[in-house]
Amino acid sequence: MPERVEEQERLWRDEFSISKADERYVNRRQLAKFLTLGSLGMFAGNSWILIRSWLREARVYQRRVVAKAGEIPVGAVKLFQYPTPGEQCILIRTAEDAYVAYSQKCTHLSCAVFYSRAHDRLECPCHQGYFSVKDGSVLQGPPTRPLPRVILERSGEELIAIKMEPEV
Amino acid sequence: MAPRSSPRKFLQQRRGLTAIDAITALIVVLLVVQIWLLSATLDAYLAGHAETALPGAIVSGVLCAACIGMYGFVRRVDRDSRPNR
Repeated sequence: MPERVEEQERLWRDEFSISKADERYVNRRQLAKFLTLGSLGMFAGNSWILIRSWLREARVYQRRVVAKAGEIPVGAVKLFQYPTPGEQCILIRTAEDAYVAYSQKCTHLSCAVFYSRAHDRLECPCHQGYFSVKDGSVLQGPPTRPLPRVILERSGEELIAIKMEPEV
Repeated sequence: MAPRSSPRKFLQQRRGLTAIDAITALIVVLLVVQIWLLSATLDAYLAGHAETALPGAIVSGVLCAACIGMYGFVRRVDRDSRPNR
């Protein structure tokens, strides 16, 4: 009888000739290899950012008249494109003699922000990201970076955009 | 037919597996740090702070080298624990 059991076991091992311990080794080694490749990918990502930062040239901003001083009433907005066509910005008249302008692109996922006069803030309708009208800083929501600000200069009755901070 | 393991070989393999598990856990920790580092560097770069790119890349490279070193250790443990493979 024991001989028969042994024979059966041998048959079973012939059919499934895989060592469980060896299999575990291979699985763990493959996992470690996969994680190491992931680590290599992260390094490649960081290197890519470094190369981009080296190759990035300082952007030259043109001076452009974006509005007349009394063109919009207090609390109203005007949309304009700066520094290139297609880059939408929003100009807000916050007080009788105060104007601010920001990029209209939310720093989270690039939805267009709008000015909420009732709450005196810029709001992104996509994920309820709110930005301060005073300096463009994040008040609430998923964005982590402030809105790029358009630096304005007043020349007589003209409002002139001179640059953006930070550079975009 | 797969050879049966002797108790000594079995213990050696168990020790090897434990070492590989520990190293894998360490690699996971380093990878998580690298993921955080990449997201932080990218966020700073997009915010206009390009000066963080160099230290980010250096630290990420060091962590990557550590991961590669540990993977080499895993391979060595694997080879030592299964000399007939």
